Amino acid sequence: MRLLHVFPLLVVTGWLLLALFGGWLPLQPDAIALDKILQGPEREAWLGYDDLGRPVWDRLVMGAQTSFFVALWVMLISFVLGTAIGTLSAWLGGWVDLVVVRLIDVFLAVPGILLAIALAGVMGPGLENVIIALSMVGWVGYARLARAQTLSLKHRDHVTAAVSLGVRDAHIVRRHLLPLLSAPLIVEATFGIAGTVIAEAGLSFLGLGVQPPEASWGSMIRDGTRYMLVAPHLVLAPGLAIMLVVLSVNLLGDRLRDHLDVRSRGT
Amino acid sequence: MQQPLLEVNHLTTWFDTREGKARVVDGNSFRIHRGETFALLGESGCGKSMTALSIMRLLPGQAQGNISGQVLLDGEDLLQLPEAAMRRVRGNRIAMIFQEPMTSLNPVLTVGEQIAEVLRRHRGLSGAALQRRLEELLAQVGIPAPRQRLGEYPHQLSGGMKQRVMIAIALAGEPDLLIADEPTTALDVTIQAQVLGLLKELQSQTGMAVLMITHDLGVVSEMVDRVAVMYAGQIVEQAGRADFFAQPQHPYSQKLFEALPDMDKRDRLLSVIPGSVPPLTQTFQGCRFAPRCHRAWELCHQREPQWLPAGEGRSVRCHLYDRRVPHPQQTGEAPQPLDLAHATTGEVLLEVRDLKVHFPIRKGLLKRVRGHVYAVDGVDLSLRHGQTLALVGESGCGKTTLGKSILQLLRPTAGEVCFQGEDLTRLRGEALRRRRRDFQIIFQDPFSSMNPRMMVGDIIAEGMQAQGIGGDREQRLARVDELLQQVGLKPEHKFKYPHEFSGGQRQRICIARTLAVNPKLIVCDEPTSALDVSVQAQILNLLRRLQQALRLSYLFITHDISVVSYLADDVAVMYLGRVVEQGPVGAILGEARHPYTRALLAAVPRVHADVPRQMVKLEGDPPSPMDPPAGCHFHPRCPQASAICRECYPEQRQVASGHWVRCHLYS
Repeated sequence: MRLLHVFPLLVVTGWLLLALFGGWLPLQPDAIALDKILQGPEREAWLGYDDLGRPVWDRLVMGAQTSFFVALWVMLISFVLGTAIGTLSAWLGGWVDLVVVRLIDVFLAVPGILLAIALAGVMGPGLENVIIALSMVGWVGYARLARAQTLSLKHRDHVTAAVSLGVRDAHIVRRHLLPLLSAPLIVEATFGIAGTVIAEAGLSFLGLGVQPPEASWGSMIRDGTRYMLVAPHLVLAPGLAIMLVVLSVNLLGDRLRDHLDVRSRGT
Repeated sequence: MQQPLLEVNHLTTWFDTREGKARVVDGNSFRIHRGETFALLGESGCGKSMTALSIMRLLPGQAQGNISGQVLLDGEDLLQLPEAAMRRVRGNRIAMIFQEPMTSLNPVLTVGEQIAEVLRRHRGLSGAALQRRLEELLAQVGIPAPRQRLGEYPHQLSGGMKQRVMIAIALAGEPDLLIADEPTTALDVTIQAQVLGLLKELQSQTGMAVLMITHDLGVVSEMVDRVAVMYAGQIVEQAGRADFFAQPQHPYSQKLFEALPDMDKRDRLLSVIPGSVPPLTQTFQGCRFAPRCHRAWELCHQREPQWLPAGEGRSVRCHLYDRRVPHPQQTGEAPQPLDLAHATTGEVLLEVRDLKVHFPIRKGLLKRVRGHVYAVDGVDLSLRHGQTLALVGESGCGKTTLGKSILQLLRPTAGEVCFQGEDLTRLRGEALRRRRRDFQIIFQDPFSSMNPRMMVGDIIAEGMQAQGIGGDREQRLARVDELLQQVGLKPEHKFKYPHEFSGGQRQRICIARTLAVNPKLIVCDEPTSALDVSVQAQILNLLRRLQQALRLSYLFITHDISVVSYLADDVAVMYLGRVVEQGPVGAILGEARHPYTRALLAAVPRVHADVPRQMVKLEGDPPSPMDPPAGCHFHPRCPQASAICRECYPEQRQVASGHWVRCHLYS
């Protein structure tokens, strides 16, 4: 029970530390050792070597940087964009809201990952384009949530009281709406991070993400599939990394939601 | 004397909390005889509902086993019964109806199915016999066209109808005892009168006993035979109805009466109970009311009073009635007088002319307007400086919409709102925003009207900041301190958050917030209807003191006639979006002309000692404002309606100086 409690925290902390400080470790993700191609784990490289004789652990750390970088940026951009659009749409109402709602519907009608593939395909491969593509898909969730929350908050008495006191609109949105709708949005953001890690891996798997020799967990899996039977560690290592990170972030998100939701807290 | 139907002995119920054991019901004993109506009277949190739930053994999960004492139903101890046997008692021998008919009915089952459940379980009925009994029951609770209603779902019924269905469910088991937990609190007065009348009628037909749980002295006065007053988990006084209303004995009961707003108390402040109900987790040394009691002396703090007989069939738990102990000299409390001739200049502050607020109903793919809700439909009002205009009406009559549209929080569809000669409906943008400081609003629910993430100091200062008044930060902080003191709070409260305060304190904070911008007019939208009587008295006193000191004008929106009689100068009665009668408070309450006003006033339960009078009942429910009846809106329910009432809406007529009425009877 205690292990289950600490475990996701450990995994996420490890991921963060490797992503932030991995650059300072004495790693050589690009060093090719032709005599060690596809070799399994050994003392110098505890996760073995890939099809070009590069150490898998070093590349895994590099992949952690990529996935974290993408997840962070996509989350930030979609969060800010989505919250702004959703809140304003609900606050202003009228035709603005009508247009935004239709736009959200259109985005939701197309499967997100397909849209991202199409966008990334059009813009060409590259990390920046992956971030842009995923953000274009990601803002919709935040916008929908922020809009729904704002609509219910908008008619609360304290907002009416502020209007009656002559408080300016911008100030009302900043003081009376944003702080109150932040809790569910933050929970949404944690789940968003997990989703983005998978989406980035997916795009990289299709070759739309980082370009060689840069590493990403998705591209590592793609390279590894060809040798799955002879060297399963090439697929297992990044695959497990993705699974652990996504699972842990989701578990933390669940816990955060329970914590922020006063109703589910016992007396 | 015959054996009582229900005998409760030393009933104690407790909850295990972090602070220790909370005894929500503490050693209570009472008896209910067959056919009798017994009331448990008390303010919120005094444990009256918990007493009822303990009798039914329906306590929330964690407190399930935390009951001690005896609950004897015909001599059989319910607390000793196994759960399976208890299930045969519930709904069968003891039935219960709750406050909120909305949430006590299952929304996905038909009305008939919900009543049938009881009949199948406890009466073993099925088939044609079941159907016959169902129709009989609905007819018995006064629901027209029972056969059709059986197939309907709860959302298709009005609030009063739902409560009738709840009563039918309770009656289905032919119970010996009916527990009614605030059965009419969520209903309008005219509907309340219908439901109370129905309960009485059914009781005389079936001979069942009723345990009525209520906070409303008026309901007690109209309905019951005997009453027990509860305070902080304990019954402090038991008496027959007539004795109790002639002379309540426990100081707490006396205070409840004195705190009731009333026409006779207009010239003074209402009596209040200082402090608040003590936490029930402590072990009480003396009398638990002593810290708030104006007649308490040392003994009260040291020793818990025992039950003392105080005449025929009545007893009280108070040292004052103990002849064996010496009493200190009485110190009578003089009521604080109010200067009634508050300086009114007679000049008109607010003039509303033919105000209309229509909400479009949009339907279909293209959101075409398919009709309107005529929330406010042509209202004229005027309010003079330093005076209080009360807007009275039942829920859904448009009084809140009217209040908000006067303040331009909702933009009116048509009409004028002249505030000091300036038409507010023409103001836009920055000009309106600047002008807003002159008119403010106080809401019914003080908690939702404050941002839970803001500190009290910031909440109060917000208006000054927005209007750019009150000087620099220092000066504003000083002004916040001053305002807090003005509404009876302490300056250090400004660093706390709203959830740390009680309901009454929160309402004080809301009042301080409106005062911060020095308004001339305050719209009070049911500011005390969520509060207990003793807290209501504090808020009403505060509002009246502020009115005198600051020459404020109030537009007081309420459904509570006693509050109106206490503080209004003028009254306007609304029905379905229109004002049907208006005039000075004395004229409206004393010589009402419009049949609706008369019915409304008659439906209000009176607090008095004499034999209960026959309540005047207004039949039916108010119609929908989406599709108001042609002619006079009131004619379908009016006992005096004639042909002309169905054809055209009556013009406004003056029947006495300043007393206007819209009714064909006077044209």
